[in-house]
Amino acid sequence: MLSQQDMLEAERHGRQVRSIYVYEAPVRLWHWVNALAMVVLAVTGYFIGKPLPTVPGEAAENFVMGYLRFAHFAAAYIFAVGLLGRIYWAFVGNHHAKQIFRLPITNGQWWSEVFFELRWYLFLERTPKKYVGHNPMAQLMMFFFFTVLAVGMVFTGFALYSEGAGLGSWQDALFGWVIPALGGSMQVHNLHRLGMWIMMTFVLVHVYAAIREDIMSRQSLISTMVSGWRMFKD
Amino acid sequence: MTETFYDVLRRQGITRRSFLKFCSLTATSLGLGSAAAPRIAHALETKPRTPVIWLHGLECTCCSESFIRSAHPLTKDVVLSMLSLDYDDTLMAAAGHQAEAIIEEVKKKYKGNYIVAVEGNPPLNEDGMFCIHGGRPFVEVLKETCADAKAIISWGACASYGCVQAAKPNPTRATPVHKVISGKPIINVPGCPPIAEVMTGVVTYMLTFDRIPELDRQGRPKMFYGQRIHDKCYRRGHFDAGQFAEAWDDEGARKGYCLYKMGCKGPTTYNACSSMRWNGGVSWPVQSGHGCIGCSEEGFWDKGSFYDRVTSITPFGAESNADTIGKAAAGTVGAAIAAHAAVTALARARQKAGEPSTTSEQKGE
Repeated sequence: MLSQQDMLEAERHGRQVRSIYVYEAPVRLWHWVNALAMVVLAVTGYFIGKPLPTVPGEAAENFVMGYLRFAHFAAAYIFAVGLLGRIYWAFVGNHHAKQIFRLPITNGQWWSEVFFELRWYLFLERTPKKYVGHNPMAQLMMFFFFTVLAVGMVFTGFALYSEGAGLGSWQDALFGWVIPALGGSMQVHNLHRLGMWIMMTFVLVHVYAAIREDIMSRQSLISTMVSGWRMFKD
Repeated sequence: MTETFYDVLRRQGITRRSFLKFCSLTATSLGLGSAAAPRIAHALETKPRTPVIWLHGLECTCCSESFIRSAHPLTKDVVLSMLSLDYDDTLMAAAGHQAEAIIEEVKKKYKGNYIVAVEGNPPLNEDGMFCIHGGRPFVEVLKETCADAKAIISWGACASYGCVQAAKPNPTRATPVHKVISGKPIINVPGCPPIAEVMTGVVTYMLTFDRIPELDRQGRPKMFYGQRIHDKCYRRGHFDAGQFAEAWDDEGARKGYCLYKMGCKGPTTYNACSSMRWNGGVSWPVQSGHGCIGCSEEGFWDKGSFYDRVTSITPFGAESNADTIGKAAAGTVGAAIAAHAAVTALARARQKAGEPSTTSEQKGE
């Protein structure tokens, strides 16, 4: 399993090498493109649901909602294509690239480490463990609040987009069924917006945890997503 | 015996000579050649008009009120010339046992070849006793009548989705027709009521082409429910420009700006109001200055305010919408993060003050 392999790697290299190559270039590129797309999506999405104050002048001279929606749809395509690319990389990339797509739920050791991490975040453990990839708790959160949620956002998002694209469009053929399944267009709009809030709340936790662990667990996290190398400070 | 189209034409003063000329002309213009003319004449002379049984369940008759106001085609033409409306207890002259006998007669005589139009829906609680039709629960009459039908038309939000009588907690268990009847083609024509011309249009299509119109995933005719109100709204330009009425009496409302911020459900409602309009094309809700309430959408009666854009989410209670839940979650987690960071800093400071710490090495297996 992945965490065992991580541990062996860490033990083998940790003391001598002090740095391990974790995130390959496509994963790093995807991470930052995806982050940017998410910021654009959240901001434009917020203002599509609750529009800015009315602009003065002729309708023909303004295109505020038009540009907001364009930015939202463009960022959404980047987000969706990025996600597809990332799923592809989970198959061809190194074993760390698979982490956010599958949970080793049958592995007892993994679960005990999830609870160890929970105790660590609750200040019940004095010293943290080190991991080459995500720690098990982070992996669990990442799986549900990013991977599953992102797929949900893509499905609801394209379902809503299909309403404008029209009956018979490929968006309608692939995602149109989502609307009646979730109880109508209005409900899908609301759930899509709720998904945005959950995603943004997760971003708060993600950024905080990354900064905190960077400081507390004596291993690099933020620079790892830039360079790909995880450095162990002692 | 039900009149044929030929009988109707003759009754309206068209001579046999004109009728045969019409048949020849039709055959020629369809490129069918001269042999087809007598066949067309034969079909029009012998094919009986389709009988329709119009049933009324738990409803308010607004569908009938809408239907009788159709301008293109005129309702009188639909009812008196195009179809054979054999039973409609609101419009027919007969009453009592005589009226009820007609249903039996049509069922026997036109087995598998008549249309049932249902206005309203059957309530299922207490064995269907909340709606009695001719001394029996409506649900029984509905099931019996539909058993030998060719197709079923569900008029309005009641028959299609349940409408206000099915609003939570739905005490009578009012149930849409397609959840009671199975194995028959069912056409949903939602709206509260549907547009008159949409109703007569669906009927006309079925009689003219002798087949049901193409339906979407929710069983609605694509030709009338294929696009949203928003897609054809004449105020769409103001939406794209970002120009909204912010109050019912502000400058924007007077200038006819988009009603999106006033809770217009046009962007989430599939109907033909913005293209066909109402009352023979006189006006429609958005043109009169009020947003769409989404009356042709499933569950519109239970989906929160008509005047909010971000409406309440059903499982989370009446007062919660995506923004209140989201802001509460983000606020709580943000506060938790701040507290967590403070405790972390404190613990770290205390640890540093005590003894220089070393993190334990990861134990392998």
